Amino acid sequence: MTTHSPPPSSVLRVRCCSSAGCLAGGAAELRQALTTAVARRELQERLAITGVGCLGPCSQGPLLAVDPDGALFAGVTAADADGLITALAHRLQAASSAEREAPLAWTPAAGEQVDTERPFFTRQRRIVLEHCGLIDPERIEAAIERGAYEQLRRAVQECTPAEVVETIRRSGLRGRGGAGYPTGLKWATVAKMPGERKVVVCNADEGDPGAFMDRSVLEGDPHRVLEGMAIAAYAVGADRGFIYIRAEYKLAIVNLRRAIEQARRRHLLGAGLFGSPFGFTVELRVGAGAYVCGEETALIHSIEGQRGTPRPRPPYPAEAGVWGLPTLINNVETFANVVPILREGADWFAAIGTEGSKGTKVFCLTGNVRRGGLVEVPMGTSLATIVAEMGEGCPDGAGIKAVQTGGPSGGCVPASLLDTSVDYESLKELGTIMGSGGMVVMDHSTDMVAIAAFFMAFCRDESCGKCVPCRAGTVQLHGLLQKHLGGDATAADLAQLEALCHMVVDTSLCGLGQSAPKPVLSTLRFFRDEYVARLRPQPTAAAAGR
Amino acid sequence: MSVRTLTIDGRDVAMATGATLLAAAREVGVSIPTLCHLEGLSPVAACRLCLVEIEGSGKLQPACLTPVAEGMVVHTDTPRLQDYRRTLIEMLFTEGNHVCAVCVANGHCELQDRAVEVGMDHSRLPYRHPDRPVDLTHHLFGLDHNRCILCTRCVRVCDEVEGAHVWDVGWRGEHCRIIAGLNQPWGAVDACTDCGKCVQVCPTGALFDKADTTGEKHADPARLWTLVRARARGQQTP
Amino acid sequence: MKLRLATVWLAGCSGCHMSFLDLDEWLIELAEQVDVVFSPVASDIKGFPENVDVCLVEGGVANGDNLELILQVRARTRLLVSFGDCAITANVPGMRNRLDGAEPVLRRGYLELADGSGQLPHAPGLVPDLLERVLPLHEVVPVDLYLPGCPPSAARIRAFLEPLLRGERPVMEGAAMIRFG
Repeated sequence: MTTHSPPPSSVLRVRCCSSAGCLAGGAAELRQALTTAVARRELQERLAITGVGCLGPCSQGPLLAVDPDGALFAGVTAADADGLITALAHRLQAASSAEREAPLAWTPAAGEQVDTERPFFTRQRRIVLEHCGLIDPERIEAAIERGAYEQLRRAVQECTPAEVVETIRRSGLRGRGGAGYPTGLKWATVAKMPGERKVVVCNADEGDPGAFMDRSVLEGDPHRVLEGMAIAAYAVGADRGFIYIRAEYKLAIVNLRRAIEQARRRHLLGAGLFGSPFGFTVELRVGAGAYVCGEETALIHSIEGQRGTPRPRPPYPAEAGVWGLPTLINNVETFANVVPILREGADWFAAIGTEGSKGTKVFCLTGNVRRGGLVEVPMGTSLATIVAEMGEGCPDGAGIKAVQTGGPSGGCVPASLLDTSVDYESLKELGTIMGSGGMVVMDHSTDMVAIAAFFMAFCRDESCGKCVPCRAGTVQLHGLLQKHLGGDATAADLAQLEALCHMVVDTSLCGLGQSAPKPVLSTLRFFRDEYVARLRPQPTAAAAGR
Repeated sequence: MSVRTLTIDGRDVAMATGATLLAAAREVGVSIPTLCHLEGLSPVAACRLCLVEIEGSGKLQPACLTPVAEGMVVHTDTPRLQDYRRTLIEMLFTEGNHVCAVCVANGHCELQDRAVEVGMDHSRLPYRHPDRPVDLTHHLFGLDHNRCILCTRCVRVCDEVEGAHVWDVGWRGEHCRIIAGLNQPWGAVDACTDCGKCVQVCPTGALFDKADTTGEKHADPARLWTLVRARARGQQTP
Repeated sequence: MKLRLATVWLAGCSGCHMSFLDLDEWLIELAEQVDVVFSPVASDIKGFPENVDVCLVEGGVANGDNLELILQVRARTRLLVSFGDCAITANVPGMRNRLDGAEPVLRRGYLELADGSGQLPHAPGLVPDLLERVLPLHEVVPVDLYLPGCPPSAARIRAFLEPLLRGERPVMEGAAMIRFG
């Protein structure tokens, strides 16, 4: 959070987090109370209260930051508003510059000032989130002040589509939705497809338990994603875009709708952009609660108004996507990386991260962790750095047992392997995946079999039911895990559990089924003793007839 | 028309471009089990029985819609595939209520046939015994959800061949169910033309003629191909 | 020494045993080669004996008596055979499982479908309690061989027993041997 330029010294600004997490904790009431307090003192000219996107340590919300010095406060409530405004008013009226620049002598009654020199902040490198928490996502002017749509203009007026594709390819950017497919290659494929009409889709159907990276970007900096999509559309030759967003993301939907309308009115979206023949329109498609619609072919069906079920690939969406048109599908975070890559150059981006994984990754640090929230770190940062140093480990001094990444498609990394670097290949070697960015910390009280059962229950609920191994296999696997949890499983059941996991991985139609057994396989790999400890030697008569 | 040559279970086969592995296998007398596939309907690759191994590809591919490619080396009956197919059939038997002894299709059921083919003498997976309804509101036909394997042949034949689109799939996952109209009783759906194609293509006794009792349903799904081909010829002839 | 053969009838309609009797004159041949040590159709012995070589078990496990007997059968039998679809799949007796529990089944059978004067059976120690669900044998005890069919035809039973009499394992494949129903 160092890139913003401070407002004139005679003006103070309070940035109130207005993301869903803080709103749930009372951020709207807080902001209202602050605005009222400012109005009562007639300080509107010199004390601005703005809503911004996610400020980071979500678990301590509601959060607010005070500019120009960027002091961050956690656990602030509406009852604190008067005190804060009084303190700020005092500062505005201060005679000497020394008084004006002294640290703010105020803390929220039940909260605290957050030390932004902690690793949670200092270890971050914010590229995707560079403006998140700084700008008012409701005002396009705030985004434009920080350069929004400038890279789109430059691309359209100064670059050929092939040059844009080449820049993305050279940057080494890979898809942030989970699988890590090279973004430049995907763009190049869609660009090469014949056809007058193509489609760009932004996958904002973020649904992994404990993951809210995309929501935070969309809530805090929606124009960043719109600009990334428009640049992609220019590069691949598309004229139409869709953002497929889950219905539960109410605030993100409101912010996006507003942002699309604002961009349209300023001719930053629509026909003939920047005096060129290139035009691009974006529509929102709101999901209906199906996790599987994050799978690209199911997502396409849903956009088309059909039942959201996957179909076999090939053909890949690049060849035949929405209404059979060549379609580029990228995730929110992938699109959010496009603008900085164009602005700073492919080499700049490629210099960040590891050999195979470039740039940064946004993670949602949750679970048994002292400092949870939204963090963005360079690829190659170790898991230990993220959970132990930035997250400051488990509360109450409990030891970390494992870190789960990749949600229901991922796996658990045991504490002994936390030195693993966060990159696509290293995580895959450990039987998990980068995933979209959920990172759940588990302490030693965590029951790994129960964790596996939790994720299997999730997949069982979210299976679309189209193919047999996912529809029926997740049910059977969940039943077997329940049997283990209940202490009724035998060695034969454990063998069956493992065999069935491989069968469901190998035979399911789409990624949901293919990865549904991953949490089981991963816990079997690293925490097998917890399964074995529960086995009984023989089936019991008592178990019969239940 | 160009031709691709490939090997299926050690047998060389030449097929026209665009042909599926399933067609190629049948050409050389290699039998690959199927359930959701039916000649004349669009492929959905949902039952996963026809998955085959292709050398050089890490993933199993459905033979029903994977096109032949030059030099492909395909294995259709490896021990792994045999085990997976039996497990798939066991999954189908255990997720519904397939009581062959009292079924209209007993003795003429594709699920029963597949169970024999994969060597299923018992299910290693536990039976779930779900509570599923029966719809007897249509004046000619019945739908017993206990026997439905969600192959969606009925959905596709009604949409693609009859053009009535009476059927679709409702709900998700284990709760999936074939629905008539907008989840109405079948008899209340005006779009139904009473043609009976869904009953004819149903691989089990889920869709049946009400006049049939145990073991009396003798459907002949292969007849659909005759109809579809005849129609295509009719359209070509002015 | 002759093979010690038993047949047991749990929750089934006895159709498998009727089909066994349909072996007709081959039964005489069979009788020469085996000792029938326990069977509802070929023996009068009430307690299940020790040291049984082969036991054909018809029916699923539906009540406390079934459960007690199958555990005894398993403990005393070398080769336990699930005999017919009820033993293998729970089949028709298993259709009650959709009511999800013994209590709803009894209420359905004795109260809801009764003509006004229904009452739940209650005779502890006399009438065995229903298990919550009817189970196939192999979900209760390890099973060695499966002989499907509802019922398995006499020909299929014979084709199954003949190799056993020679000390071989029957080959259970093809529609003639393993088709359900």
